[in-house]
Amino acid sequence: MAAPWVSLRLVAPMWNGTRGIHRLGGAVVPEGNQKKERKMLQFLNKHFYDVEALRGYLLQREMSKVHLKNRSFTWLEEQHGPYSAGAFFILKQGGAVKFRDKEWIRPDKYGHFSPEFWNFREVPVEAVDASDCEINYEGLDNLLLLKELQSLSLQRCPHVDDWCLSRLYPLADSLQELSLAGCPRVSERGLACLHHLQNLRRLDISDLPAVSNPGLTQILVEEMLPNCQVVGVDWAEGLKLGPEEQPQDTASPVPA
Amino acid sequence: MIRRVLPHGLGRGLLTRRPGTRRGGFSLDWDGKVSEIKKKIKSILPGTPCDVLPDTSHLPPEHSDVVIVGGGVLGLSVAYWLKQLENRRGGMQVLVVERDHTYSQASTGLSVGGICQQFSLPENIQLSLFSASFLRNINEYLAVTNAPPLDLQFNPSGYLLLASEKDAAAMESNVKVQKQEGAKVCLMSPDQLRNKFPWINTEGVALASYGMENEGWFDPWCLLHGLRQKLMSMGVFFCQGEVTRFVTSSQRMMTTDDEMVTLKSIHEVHVKMDHSLEYQPVECAIVINAAGAWSAQIAALAGIGKGPPGTLQGTKLPVEPRKRYVYVWHCPQGPGLETPLVADTSGAYFRREGLGSNYLGGRSPAEEEEPDPANLEVDHDFFQEKVWPHLALRVPAFETLKVQTAWAGYYDYNTFDQNGVVGPHPLVVNMYFATGFSGHGLQQAPGVGRAVAEMILEGSFQTIDLSPFLFNRFYLGEKTQENNIM
Repeated sequence: MAAPWVSLRLVAPMWNGTRGIHRLGGAVVPEGNQKKERKMLQFLNKHFYDVEALRGYLLQREMSKVHLKNRSFTWLEEQHGPYSAGAFFILKQGGAVKFRDKEWIRPDKYGHFSPEFWNFREVPVEAVDASDCEINYEGLDNLLLLKELQSLSLQRCPHVDDWCLSRLYPLADSLQELSLAGCPRVSERGLACLHHLQNLRRLDISDLPAVSNPGLTQILVEEMLPNCQVVGVDWAEGLKLGPEEQPQDTASPVPA
Repeated sequence: MIRRVLPHGLGRGLLTRRPGTRRGGFSLDWDGKVSEIKKKIKSILPGTPCDVLPDTSHLPPEHSDVVIVGGGVLGLSVAYWLKQLENRRGGMQVLVVERDHTYSQASTGLSVGGICQQFSLPENIQLSLFSASFLRNINEYLAVTNAPPLDLQFNPSGYLLLASEKDAAAMESNVKVQKQEGAKVCLMSPDQLRNKFPWINTEGVALASYGMENEGWFDPWCLLHGLRQKLMSMGVFFCQGEVTRFVTSSQRMMTTDDEMVTLKSIHEVHVKMDHSLEYQPVECAIVINAAGAWSAQIAALAGIGKGPPGTLQGTKLPVEPRKRYVYVWHCPQGPGLETPLVADTSGAYFRREGLGSNYLGGRSPAEEEEPDPANLEVDHDFFQEKVWPHLALRVPAFETLKVQTAWAGYYDYNTFDQNGVVGPHPLVVNMYFATGFSGHGLQQAPGVGRAVAEMILEGSFQTIDLSPFLFNRFYLGEKTQENNIM
C-alpha cells in the first residue's frame, strides 16, 4: 500500500528565482544543471543545520503566503451580498468571473480589475474561471458563497486536492460544467465524491497526473454520472495491444 | 658488544639484536616479535587492553524524560505533540519503546483505516474532526526538508450508517449532536437512499446517516511512516525492546478526608532486548502507556490493579485484545466508485478498495462468539456464516463474490465502555494512558496525542476536554458509553 512519491511544488510557476530552495525534494524530472543544483542542496541540507533551518523557514513562508491568499472573505457578505464577496475572492486570486447577462471580468496582468461588480448585489455569478489560481481547502469557503454557479474551471490549480473535491456538493443544484484538467493533486479518490453533482453535464478530467489508471477511471466516472459527458481521457489508453497488433515475438506468450 | 653495535648506526632501535641478522634492515620476524610481546601483556593483565568499546547502539539511552511504551500511531502521535508543544527546542528527551519493529501484530497497520465523525459522544466527534484537519494538512504538520511529501491516499467517500426501526430515534439524536459539533452529516430516508445508491436493498432500513465531508478512509502505514520520519528529524529516540519492569518509589500521603493513600511514581523502566537477557534500565520522569492491545500487562507491571477489588488500588485497566477479521473480496458487478463505507443494521460493514471492483469488510462478532485472541489466524467460516448473508441481503450484487484474502487484527477493547482511556492514573502519578480505543484509535490518534501532551506540559486539557476519558471512571463506575461502534 505504499504511495508513489510525487514531488509537489509549492512555488507558483511564475517565480524564477532560486527555485531549488523551495522544492520539497522529490523526483520531478530535472535536467543537467538543475540536478546538480539539487544534489548540492541536498548535500548541504544533510550536513548543515543552518541550511536545513533556512529551507524550513522558506517553506513555512511559502505556505503562509498561500494561507493569506485563501483567507476568509465571508465578512463581505453582509455588506455586498454573497455573489460579490465570492467574486472578489476569485478576482483577487487572479481568476475570472462572469455574472449572469454580463461580460467576463478578468484582472489584468498587474492584478487590477474593474470595481463595477460591487454593484451587482442580486446578480448571481454564472461562471468562474479559476485556472492556475492558488485556491485551497480553506479558500473554498469563499467559493461556496456562489450558490448558483453553473460553470467552474479549476484547471492546473496546484492546491486543489481530493479533500477540496469533497466540498463541492453544495453546488450540486446548479453546477453543470466542471473542469479539473491538469490539477496535480486530484486523484480518482477525489473524483469519486463528484457523484453528488447530479446536474453536471460536462466534466473534464484530462491530464491528471495523480490518477493511477486514467482509462479505467474514465469508465467508472461515466458510470457514476450517467447524464454527464466526461471528457479528457481516451478510454483505450492503458489497454494492452491485441494479439494481431503485438510485435511478433515467439519467445514470450501472447497476453490474453 | 657495544663495539659491535655501534658501527651499524643509531637507527637500530633499543632492543638487542638477535644473532644472525647483522646484514641490516629490520629483522624479518619483527611483526612476530611484536605480537608475541602483545600476547605476553595480554596474559599478564586481565581483560584485553586495546579492545573496541562494546557496541551499545541497540540499547536505549540511560536517561530519558519521557518513555513511551508502544510505537504505534498513538504512541508516535503523543511523541509528536510533546516535541511540537515543548516550550524550548530540545527541551524534552523522548524515547519510544516498541517491541516489534515489523509491526506485525500492531493494530495500526492491520486497520481498515477509516475516519468518521458519526459518534454519539461530543468528545469523540471533536477528536475525529481534529484528526481530519490534521490529516488534511499533514504535509504542513509533518514536513521534513529533503523528504518527499506524504500521500495518504485518502478517499473522501464518507460513511453511510443504516439504522433499523428500533435504532432510528437514537440515530436522529446522534446526528443532531454531530451537527452541533460541526460534522457535516445528513439524514436520509429509504427512498432517498434508493435514489442515490441504487444498488442498496433498503429492506429493514428506517433511516440512514451519511457523512458528506471529512469522512472516508486512508492508508495507516503512510501516517505511521510520516510520523516516524518527522519524529526522527525532531530528535526522538527509538528503541526496539520490551518493557519488563518498572522500578517505582512510593510515598504515603494523607488525603483531605484523612485517609492514607500510597502514591507511586515510576523512576526507572527496564527495557529488555529481543532474544537475549540483556536489558537496559532507563531513568525516566514520565511513562506513557500506549501499548494498545497489551496495555493491561504494562499497567499490571506498574502495580495498577494490585489491591483488594472494589478499591482504587484494585481497579485494573479494563483493556483487552479482541480479534477482528477483515475480508477482501472481488465482485465484478458490485457498487460503483461512489460507494461510501456502508455499515449495515446487523453490524456488517464494507467499503470499496481501489479501482478494480475489490471490496473489503467484516463484522464485529457478538459477545458470546468472540474469537480467541491468542493468535491472528483467520476464521473463514465466520465470513460464510455471519458476514456474507448480511452483505448479500443489503447489496444483492454481493450474492456472487469471491474472497481474495483476509487478515485479522486486534482491537484494544475497553470492556468497561468501549471508549479510550486518556490521562494520568490517580495513584501511579507519572503514568499516562493513551489506549483502549476499541477500534477507533487510528482516527482519534492526532487528537488524543495532543490531549496527552497538553496534560503533561500544561497540566490540563486545552484544545479538547477529554475529562470523561480519565481513568477514575473505572473506579467510580461512570460509563461514558459510545453507541456507534463497528
